[in-house]
Amino acid sequence: MKEKIRIASGQGFWGDLPNAPIDQITKGPIDYLVLDYLAEVTMSILQKQKLRDSKKGFATDFVELMKTILSLAKEKNVKIISNAGGVNPIECAREIEKIAREKNIKIKIGIVFGDDILNEIENIQNIGIEFKNLDTGENISSIKNKIVSANVYFGADGIVEALKNGAECIITGRVTDAGMTLAPLIYEFGWDKNDYDKLASGIVAGHILECGAQSTGGNCSLDWETIPDLAHVGFPIVEAFSDGTFFVTKHKNSGGRVSVATVSEQLVYEIGDPKNYITPDCITDFTSIELLQVEENVVKVFGVKGNAPTEYLKISMAYADGFRTFGTLTFSWPNALKKAKLADEIIRKRVSDLGLNFEEIYSEFVGFNSTLGKSATDEEKLNEVLLRIGAHSHDEKSLKLFLKQIPPIVLTGPPGVTGYLGALPKPMEVFSYWPTLIPKNLVEPKINYIEVK
Amino acid sequence: MKIQLIQIAHARSGDKGNSANIGIIAKEKKYFSILEKYVTAEKVKELFSDRCFGKVTRYELPNLNALNFILENSLGGGGTRSLRNDSQGKTFSAVLLKMEIEIKERMEL
Repeated sequence: MKEKIRIASGQGFWGDLPNAPIDQITKGPIDYLVLDYLAEVTMSILQKQKLRDSKKGFATDFVELMKTILSLAKEKNVKIISNAGGVNPIECAREIEKIAREKNIKIKIGIVFGDDILNEIENIQNIGIEFKNLDTGENISSIKNKIVSANVYFGADGIVEALKNGAECIITGRVTDAGMTLAPLIYEFGWDKNDYDKLASGIVAGHILECGAQSTGGNCSLDWETIPDLAHVGFPIVEAFSDGTFFVTKHKNSGGRVSVATVSEQLVYEIGDPKNYITPDCITDFTSIELLQVEENVVKVFGVKGNAPTEYLKISMAYADGFRTFGTLTFSWPNALKKAKLADEIIRKRVSDLGLNFEEIYSEFVGFNSTLGKSATDEEKLNEVLLRIGAHSHDEKSLKLFLKQIPPIVLTGPPGVTGYLGALPKPMEVFSYWPTLIPKNLVEPKINYIEVK
Repeated sequence: MKIQLIQIAHARSGDKGNSANIGIIAKEKKYFSILEKYVTAEKVKELFSDRCFGKVTRYELPNLNALNFILENSLGGGGTRSLRNDSQGKTFSAVLLKMEIEIKERMEL
């Protein structure tokens, strides 16, 4: 057994800093590179792509990245774990196989799938599973014919098995972000399935890694002006030990900061009840976490407590819910806000005259209240204001006509308006989110391998 | 005395579906009791009454000198549907840090 394992985060979301994973693998020693590409909305977009082309539905940026780093990863014995597979992990793995063959890299690719239950919803309902909305309690019948994607969040299990079978690059569908970090810890240290304190430590490590530089100085609201060289921010690295203790750090020659403040902000990010942070592997008590700055850019994390998981897995479903669009106009001093408000009123009247169908029209005044809401103050001092007016409708045509009401304001509204040329984007499809549960015994991860010899 | 929360705390916010969470962290241990005493779920609900149409729940993390607030039904349908500039509640933390509270304690800031 290795004394310590270094797990590096290379990507906090699809679209994150392109160079980050390359820096992680070239600037210092690591054992695992973990890459997160999936968000709630991503699965439905990928499912739509797969409907149009059965060879699509995965994170293409991951394939591009592998062209750059796969041979280096092999050479340095760095294992790669990523949920880039999206709704088509097998096709994603085939793309990686092609790269390996072209570059003559001997590698075993592991594929963890079985999370996509879109085509099995009805069968599962027939045995009595209701798929009620976890947030609202609504019955699923209201969205039945509109479901676009349905993916079970698996835990670390499938990845652990792939590692045991020698996989060096593991591509998954929907697994929990934290599970991708927990898996190599279970595998390397032989942690028991019932050793909940250790599993919970791994989940905390995963939570700290899963949003990339958000734990190394990015988006940190404390002393942000003093955080060095964010242009070359180092993504987080966890150095973990078999007792569950770990250290959060980053490569020495990188920007950013690792402090109790930067790590704490990430720990409270997107959590619910901190005593009961539920994942498929265990329940983690975030109120047990202890942090200690041991040296510059090194924070020790210890004392984490965990409990047995629930008997359920979370499913992320998405359903088609109409279209949305936005238009923007920029208003200048004097009285920028007053002018923007008058223009908003005019657009709304003209839209209302057309007698179209909207679920919602929503206006904000960027520069005044789009972030602060009713806490906004000092309106008379504004140099300029951007009116951002959005609409949601189940009728795409209504939205197209809505958008046509925005540019005319330039010649038919209050004075000092510009920026209208960017005001005609296409209506976008809306996929609303339907969180729900499924008993664990009804689904399990499937694992496949592609070996390039 | 009157203080603004940004003087004693830092914060980060984000989304889970149509709920937002705001984690607010005291800059020093001694300020945590001020947060705990004065920044109640009711006050946060009032602060976001224009945008939060559901329940506000507060959780305490004394180990991190932090409070965590969950604001249900507050993102206009969540990141995939919302018409808002901040559809994921990323700047809700700033709204909370701008909040002013009247405290009985005297402290050097």
